[in-house]
Amino acid sequence: MSEGKKKEETVQNEALIKGREQKERRRTLVALSFIAPNFIGFAVFTLIPVVFAFVLAFTRWDGSNPIQFAGISNFTKLFSDKFFLAALKNTIIYCIGTVPLTLIASLALAILLNQQICGRGIFRTVAFFPYVASLVAVTAVWKMLFSQSGPVNAILYYVFHVENKDLPQWFVGNLVMVSYILFSVWKFMGYYMVIYLAGLQGISKELYEAASLDGANTWQKFTSITWPQLKPTTFFVSVMLTINCFKVFDVATLLAGGDNNTLTISSTVLVHYIYQKGFIEWDLGYASAVAMVLFLLVLAVTLIQFKGEKNYANS
Amino acid sequence: MKSARRKAIVGKVIVYVILFLLAAFMIVPFLWMLSSSIKSDREVFQMNPFVWIPKNPRWNNYVEIWKRMDFTRYIGNTALLTVVVTFLQLLTSSFAAYSFAKLHFKHKDKLFLAYIATIAVPWQVYMVPQFIMMSNVFHLNGKLTAMICLQAFSAFGVFMMRQFYMGIPDELCEAARIDGMSEYMIYLKIMLPLSKPSLATLTIFTFVATWNDYLGPLIYLTPNKANWTIQLGIKNSFIGQYSSQYGLLMAASVVSLIPVLIVFLILQKNFVEGVASTGIKG
Repeated sequence: MSEGKKKEETVQNEALIKGREQKERRRTLVALSFIAPNFIGFAVFTLIPVVFAFVLAFTRWDGSNPIQFAGISNFTKLFSDKFFLAALKNTIIYCIGTVPLTLIASLALAILLNQQICGRGIFRTVAFFPYVASLVAVTAVWKMLFSQSGPVNAILYYVFHVENKDLPQWFVGNLVMVSYILFSVWKFMGYYMVIYLAGLQGISKELYEAASLDGANTWQKFTSITWPQLKPTTFFVSVMLTINCFKVFDVATLLAGGDNNTLTISSTVLVHYIYQKGFIEWDLGYASAVAMVLFLLVLAVTLIQFKGEKNYANS
Repeated sequence: MKSARRKAIVGKVIVYVILFLLAAFMIVPFLWMLSSSIKSDREVFQMNPFVWIPKNPRWNNYVEIWKRMDFTRYIGNTALLTVVVTFLQLLTSSFAAYSFAKLHFKHKDKLFLAYIATIAVPWQVYMVPQFIMMSNVFHLNGKLTAMICLQAFSAFGVFMMRQFYMGIPDELCEAARIDGMSEYMIYLKIMLPLSKPSLATLTIFTFVATWNDYLGPLIYLTPNKANWTIQLGIKNSFIGQYSSQYGLLMAASVVSLIPVLIVFLILQKNFVEGVASTGIKG
C-alpha cells in the first residue's frame, strides 16, 4: 500500500465519520425540537418551582424583604406547632376513613354494574357524574343537605325523633371529618368504579364457570376468584386514593371554610395549612417546610407503589 | 331446579334494590340542586311538608343570576382558559411524546425520567414558590395568562400520549422515513390522525379539570374580579358564611354544570376508557 492511498483512505473515513456525526446531530436536533415547546414551559413553570420549593423550606422569607437562611429551624418548629400537628392528624384521619370506604363502595358498585342488567349504561353514567361535577357546585349542595335545618337533620328529627338540641352540626367539631369522608366517598367512588370495572373485565370467565360446576356460591366465588384476581387493581386504587387524600384542599375548604376560606383547628388539613401560611400569612419558608412533609408522605406511598408493582409484575 | 331459578330471581331483585338505593344516593344531591334552583330561600329549607317542585316555581332565579354577577364574563373567562389550555396541552404533549416514543437521541431516558419524577411531586408542594415566581418575575398575578402557563405544559399529558405512541408499530414511521418524509410530516400525517382516541381522552380530562379548578383560580385570580372563572364567581357571589342566597346559588350551579354534562355525555366513552387505561397501566 502506498503512502498516498493510505492518506486518501483516512480522509475518506474522516469524512464518513463527520457525515455520520452531522446526521446524528441533526437527528438529535430534530428530536429536541419536538420536545422543546413542552419542555421549556415545563422547566420554567414546574421544574424550577419544584427545586425552589426544596430550597425555600430552609429559609425565612416574606416574599419582599431579603431572603434569610434558616437552617432546619422551620422543621423543628413544626413539631411544636399545634395547628400543623392538627392538620397532619386530620389529614391522616381523613385518609384512614376515605380510602377503605371508597374502595369498598367502588368495588361493590363495579361488581353490581358488571352483571347483565338493564339500564347498566345509565347506572354507570349516574355513578360517574359526581366525579365530573364541579366541587363548588356539589359542595354547596352538601352544605345545604347537612345544614342545621337541612333535610338530613329533618329526617333525624321527624323520622328518628332526635331532639332539636341534639341535632348534629355536621361541619363543626369532630363531625366535620365524617362529613369530609362521606362527601368524598360520594364524589370519588364513580371514578374508582371505572378502574374496578376494567379490572373485572380482565378476569377470565372460565374461572367462574369452573367454580359454578364445583358448586361454589356467589360469596365463595367472590373470595376465591374476584378478590384475589383484583389484587393488583385494589393495590393501585389504594395508592391513588391515599395520594389524593393527602392532597385534599377543595373538599375541606369548600365544605367547612369560613368567609375567607379559613379553617379551624378541627377542620384544617395539610394543604390548607400550606395555603394559609403561604398565601395568607406570607410565611413562605415555613409554608414550604409544611409542603415538604406533604411531599414525604406522597413519596413514601409512591415508593410503596413501585415496590408493589414490581411484585405484581414478577408474579 | 325450581329453587335454583327462584334463587336467581331473588338475587336479581336484591341487585336491583341495592343499585336503586345507590343510584338514589348518587343522584339525590343533583335533584335537590334542581329543585332548590326554582325555590325561594324560605322554600328551600321548608321540610314539613317537603315538595320537590314548589307551587310557584321561581324561574326568575335563572334570570336573576345574570344580573347579580357578571356571569357572562366568568363563563367567557373559563371557556377561554379551557380552550387555550386544552389546545396547548394537546399540541405540546403530543409533540414531545412523539419524540420520546419514536425518535432516538442521547439522554432520552434521563430526560423522560425527569418528567415522570415531577408527576410524583404534587402541585400543592410547589404551588407557593410557583406563585412567587409568577408574580415577582413574570408579573402575572391576577392574569389569565398565569393560569394558562400553569396548566398548559403538564408532564401527565406527555406521559399519557407517549404510552399511546409506544403502541404504534415503529415500522410505520420507518416506511415513511424511507419514502423521504420528514419527522414533522410523519408526526402530522401519520401519528396525529392515529392518536385521535387518546387526544379525545386528554381533551376531556383537561377540559373537566380546567373548568372545575378552584384552588388555581383562588390563588391567582382572586384579586382581579374581571378575570374570575365561573367557580370563583359562584363561590364569591352567592356563598357567605351566614347568608348564602340558596335559590340563586343552586341556579348558578346548575348552569355551571351544563357544559360539563354535555361534554361528558358526548365523550363519555373516551373518558371511561382513559380512566380505565391510566388506572391499569399506572
